[in-house]
Formats: sequence, structure tokens, C-alpha cells
Amino acid sequence: MTDLINRILPRVQKPARYTGGEYNEIIKDKASTEVRIAFCFPDTYEIGMSNIGMRILYGILNEMDGVWCERMFAPWGDMEEEMRRHDLPLWALESHDPMEDFDLIAFSIGYEMAYSNVLNMLELGHIPLKSCDRGDDLKHIVFAGGTSVYNAEPMADFLDFCAVGEGEDLDVEIVECYRSAKRRGLSRREFLREVSKIPGVYVPSFYRHTYHEDGTIREIIPLDGAPETVTKRIVQDMDGAYYPTKTIVPSTQIVHDRTVLELFRGCIRGCRFCQAGFCYRPVRPKSPDRLYELAVASLENSGYDEMTLSSLSTSDYKKLGEFADRMLDYCIPRGINLSLPSLRADNFSVELMEKVQKVRKSGLTFAPEAGTQRLRDAINKNVTEEDILRSCSVAFAGGWNKVKLYFMLGLPTETDEDVIGIAELTYKVLKAWKEHSPNKSRGCTITVSTAFFVPKNGTPFQWEAQITPEEYLRRCALLKSKMPSKSIRYAYHPSDLSMLEAVLCRGDRKLCDVLLRAHELGCKMDGWTDYFQMDKWMQAFSDCGVDPAWYAQRERGRDEVFPWETVSIGISKKFFWREREAAYRSEITPDCRRQCTGCGADRLYQGGPCDE
Amino acid sequence: MNRLLFEKTGKAIYISHLDTMAMFPRIFLRAGLHVKFTRGMSPHAYVSIALPLSVGTSSCCELLDFTLEEDNVPLETLPARLNPYFPAGIRVLSAYDSDRKIKELRYLRCTVTLEYDQGISDDGCRDIEALFRQDQILVEKKTKKGLAETDIRPMIESVHVSRISSGELALESLICAQNPSLNPQLLVGAIERYLPELAPDFAKAHRTEVFDESFQVFR
Repeated sequence: MTDLINRILPRVQKPARYTGGEYNEIIKDKASTEVRIAFCFPDTYEIGMSNIGMRILYGILNEMDGVWCERMFAPWGDMEEEMRRHDLPLWALESHDPMEDFDLIAFSIGYEMAYSNVLNMLELGHIPLKSCDRGDDLKHIVFAGGTSVYNAEPMADFLDFCAVGEGEDLDVEIVECYRSAKRRGLSRREFLREVSKIPGVYVPSFYRHTYHEDGTIREIIPLDGAPETVTKRIVQDMDGAYYPTKTIVPSTQIVHDRTVLELFRGCIRGCRFCQAGFCYRPVRPKSPDRLYELAVASLENSGYDEMTLSSLSTSDYKKLGEFADRMLDYCIPRGINLSLPSLRADNFSVELMEKVQKVRKSGLTFAPEAGTQRLRDAINKNVTEEDILRSCSVAFAGGWNKVKLYFMLGLPTETDEDVIGIAELTYKVLKAWKEHSPNKSRGCTITVSTAFFVPKNGTPFQWEAQITPEEYLRRCALLKSKMPSKSIRYAYHPSDLSMLEAVLCRGDRKLCDVLLRAHELGCKMDGWTDYFQMDKWMQAFSDCGVDPAWYAQRERGRDEVFPWETVSIGISKKFFWREREAAYRSEITPDCRRQCTGCGADRLYQGGPCDE
Repeated sequence: MNRLLFEKTGKAIYISHLDTMAMFPRIFLRAGLHVKFTRGMSPHAYVSIALPLSVGTSSCCELLDFTLEEDNVPLETLPARLNPYFPAGIRVLSAYDSDRKIKELRYLRCTVTLEYDQGISDDGCRDIEALFRQDQILVEKKTKKGLAETDIRPMIESVHVSRISSGELALESLICAQNPSLNPQLLVGAIERYLPELAPDFAKAHRTEVFDESFQVFR
């Protein structure tokens, strides 16, 4: 007789995402496994399997003897319904064993909209949601890593600990610590004490937060000798670091269904709104020789016919031209498409795009982020109108007729003039098409997208208030009214989601109850418009007596203690404040290559100065 | 034209037809081989699978047409060269040259297993066999315009019912493979419609062989 899972699978959408069995999946012998890890990605299979961090850690953990790391993803609604109806607990793709069978339950949380999925997955796995309800034995230790743990406070009640920073070395140390604790028969509390001694491990329950009457934090008190600051871990030697070349090839289409080659970590630019730009510092490149070796091995192992060169601001890879030429010599005769999704709008990039797109021509996307030079200077997005227009002209002359332009609305110091500036810039791009296109009969499409600016922790704008959703929508309407052309399409992000993101990313522990309540009300998959329910979230806030506007729309005082201050990304608060002041003067800060700006990230790097 | 005979069982039955098509060129590349590309704006490796298989149905008689770029590769070596590179459940059984066109493929033999959690009686078994001897078997079929009634009897050559266990029956069926084609799950649909009390708790189909017009095995 067919088992329950196999009876359900034919009824759900895209069942291949629930079965495992893909090429290069790692199967180990349970009998000789000492530590079982459920690597949980709080989103769908298609999103999670596109995440390079997950692939790196899956590879590293499975290289450990006696350790088996398996994958779990959030089920889509139809599958979740079936699981709940038949009381079928969430299972790992490799062994099909339930979450309860695992020692370590590790979540990779990339952004705040995944929080509700973490709770939902724990519930589907029959694991108590709150750390304090998980007993004192050494089973089901729930921890998390990823960008979100730079402020894990809204999740503090649910995570036993956080792994802060890059996991290549840190996760191995954590698993070894667990293995030793298991051998010695330690209790959960004893293990947490031991693991908290590993640099980069943050145990929220070892810290007490006290509050002023106005709701801001009075003091964060480390308990029982917990470290005052937990600094993120980084990989010191990028060329020597593990990088997976023999990775799982999904049997069903995923979002990034191709080989991903990571060129470097960090970013020299310092755009003031960009969390990634600061929290992945310092800049650490891989050598072109190492990259070539990884690329060829990855392509040959996977059989993919497409490869993405991945990093923040890829144009800043010092030897990009040379490396891309070498890579193209390999790719072109084999019909392999090379994609560079993160190039700056300069001449060099357009030339490179033309070379690269000999195999297949895709769209062009530029992200000026703001409509006027004054505001671009304020956010330190060092791209000029001239750069953008020149790049567009070259691209139009080369036959491109579709351009996407990305902007943000609600940036600090933004006025209506800046909003209208977006429309003016867009019309200049359209004019450039008219002047340079060799074939005007095909027409031109310029897609303008605006996102609702979210002030993020770990950026110079961490003190800023977000504008209200009403004000954001007013600016969207103003911009729309200024771009009546048929060739221009305008799309703006919905306001609710960005407001919730603003609440959660700078939230404190008072939001734990809100998260729990939102989960009870059925919130999940918040990053998907199919599922996101702002009314449920608002009800959760109101049920818990928490005002979301206090988090999203309140400007913080210079000396306010932030909830996330125990965790350090290696960049000083002083630097961020200096950058904020420079923003208000519309003063740009040179990139790291021109001059070290003393952010502090270099101190994380034992190998000498950054970016060498 | 080069052709592969392969099986798709176990976890692989949930891989869709399109995903299976997308997979094959990658398998060849992993093995250091290349499939000929289409010409045109967006060149891609050309492979074609006869009779798209529904998600959830297993098979040991799938056929895939392709043309290898390399002309010095003995086709009989392909199963051993390709098989290490598949996901669990897919395996090449043989590779050969064929000039027979897929449109000559006419019949399909498949086993539909009916599962009854509370068991199934011998009477029930007989009733189901009798159903497939009727002159007309109308089932509801999803079409673009909604549900439509279709008589599936002309597409059924034979159905034999046998018992596998106290709770499982097997429908050994020989049905039309194309023009028109019969989805074996519609045999279950017929039981649900005419003998609702004998509707199984679960049913799964497995393709076992393909034939030409004269009931000779098609390769």
C-alpha cells in the first residue's frame, strides 16, 4: 500500500519540491550519524534552493564525519492543508524523517518577512515555538543565521541562539560543540552556556532588556558572564574557503536555475540605505584563477547552461574584464550564457554587457535609486545622470529597447522636487532612445519601479523615520501623474509590506508576542502577495497593545540604545552617525578603494587591509 | 534520430514532463556529451519525449528522441555513461538509432493499482471487470470549456482485473496511446462514476509497454 506522503503528493502543486532525490543530494547512514541537522529555509523550495548560502553550508556540514545535514522548506498552502488534515509532520527531503528526529534545527533567515514562516515550520514540525517550552534535554536546539539575525530581537523568544555572520567556520564550531555536549550528556542550558563562548554565537536568553517609560531601551544586561558584544564572524581566506562545485541540481525549476559563482564578499560603495553593503563588509575577493577553477567544475558537474557572476556591485571586482574574457572563451563555444546581474551604470559595464550577451540578450536594469543628484549624493549612490544616460545611449545604439529603472521613494531628505526628478530622468532616458536607437519602429519600453524605503538597522539611516504609507502613496501618485508616456510603465511596491518590514527590522523583544499572535491568526508567507494579510498583522499589533507606527515612523535619538546593540556587524555606531550627518549635507563619502573611511570593518579582517 | 528507452519510478514520478525535458540536456553535459541545439533566436538543446507522462505515474517504457553532437560515441555505451548522473528514479535502459516515427506508436499497456484501505471483496473485483466490458463508458473529462462527457470505451482494447492483496486490485489495461489518447486515471474515473461504492482510496498507474498498430513492441 502507498504511504501517506505518496498519496498526498499527486494532489498538490509541483510535488517534486517535496520529494528530494535530486542529483547530488546527500544521503548518509543514520546508524553512523551522531548529529542530525535540519537545515530549514523559511520559504518555498524554489526560493531556498536558489540561496547560495544554504548550498555552501549544506556542503560544509555534510563534509563533517558523523554529521548529516538535511533540508526542510516551507510547504505551499495546498500541501500545508494536507499536512494539517492528516497530521503529517514537516519532513526532511533526504530521509523523509520528521523534524522531531533532529538534534539541531537551523534556520537561515534572510529577511523579516520570513519570521512567520519560521514559527509555522516549527509548528508543522511539532516543535514548541518558544525556547522556554522546549524542556532541558539536548534535542531540538533551534538556532538561526542569515542577515536577519543582525537584529534577532523580534525572534528572541523563539530562537535558542543565533549564529552571527558568515557560517563557513562558525557552523562547524557550533556542531562540534553540540557533538561534544551530546557525548558528555549536557543539559540544554549547559550546552547554551558552552556554545555562547564561541565567537559569533548570540544567546538571546542570556541578556535582559529593560525599558524606559517611553518604550525605548534603558539597558541590555548580559547575564551570567555572557559577552557584552557578539561580533559577526567572517571568512578570512576567500580562496581557501569551501565553495560547493558539486551541488544539488533541482529536478524542478527554481528561481535561480543556474550555476552561481560568488566573486567576492562585501561592497566598497557604502550606499547609505543599503544594509547588505555594510553588513557584508569587509570586501574580500576571490582570485580569478580560483574563480575559473570553481566555475568550470560547477558547470561540468551540474550540466547547467547558464552561470551568474554574483556579488554586490560586480563592476567593482578589480579583474572583472580579464576574468569575464577568460570565462567567455569557455562559455561561448559551449553555448553557456553568462549573466552579470549587478553592474554599475558606466561605460565599461555596457561594453561588458554587449560581449556577454552574445549568447542570449536579456533586459537592462539600472538602479539610480533617486531622481536628483542632490538626493543621490545624500544616499551616497555615486552614480551620475551622465553615467546613466551615456550607458543607456550605448545600450540603445546596440539594439536594446527595454530598460528598467529602479528607484526608492521616502528616502531621508526627499522632497517633491526629487520625486519629480525621477520622471525627468526617465524622460531623458526616453530621449536617449529616440536619438540612438537604430530601429525605432519596434518602440521602446521603460519600466520605472519605486520601492518604499525601509530604514534598516546596520545602516546610517537606522535612526530615520519611515514616511507613512499615505505619504508614500501620495508621492507614487505624484510621480505617476508626471509620466503619461505610452513608452513608460510605472509600477510601485505596495506600502503595507514595507511598513511591516520597517517595524520588524528595527523591532525589539516586545514584538515576539506580536509575531506569535500573527502566527496564531494565520499569517505566513508574508513575502508572497498570495498570502500576505496586513489586516491580520494589524489585529496582532492591536491584540498585543503594540503600536507599529512607533517602530516604523519614529525618528530615534542619537544616543538611544538600539535593541540589537549586543550584536555587532563590525561597523561603529559613530561611523554610521557621521554618515548620517553627511547625508543631511548631501555630501558623498568616497568608496573604500579611494580612501578608507574608518568604518571599523577592517578590524574584523586579520589578513591585513580590506580588498587586497 | 537517436532514441533512449528509460524508466521513471520512485521519487522521480513527481518530476513533471517539462522538467524532465529540461533535465536531459544537463545529464548529457554532466557525462561530457552534447545534444544538438535548435536554431533560432533562443538556441536550446533539442530533446523530445514521446507521450507526456502525468505527474504521479511511473513508467518503464519512456522514449526520448535526441541527436548527439558527437558522432564517435557508440550508442550502446550511453546507459552506462549517463546513468550515474540522474536524480533518484530515472535510469536509461537502452540507447539506439531508430527511424520509426513516434506517430506510429499506437497502444500503451499499463497497470493501474487500486488501493482499498478496508479491503475489497471478490464480488467487487468481478463488478469492476464487468464494467470495462460495457459497450459504452462515459466519464467526465476536464476540457478547456469545463467538464465534458466522453465515451472512453473505444480507447480501451482490454482491461483485466486481478487481485494483488486483500486490499489491492490491479487493472492490467491495454489502451490507446495517442490520437486519441486515454489517461489511465480515467479508468479510475469510470469506477468512481459507475461503481461509487467500489471507488478506491488511492490509485496509481504504471506504464509497462508501448506498441504499434499491430501490437508489436514499439522502439
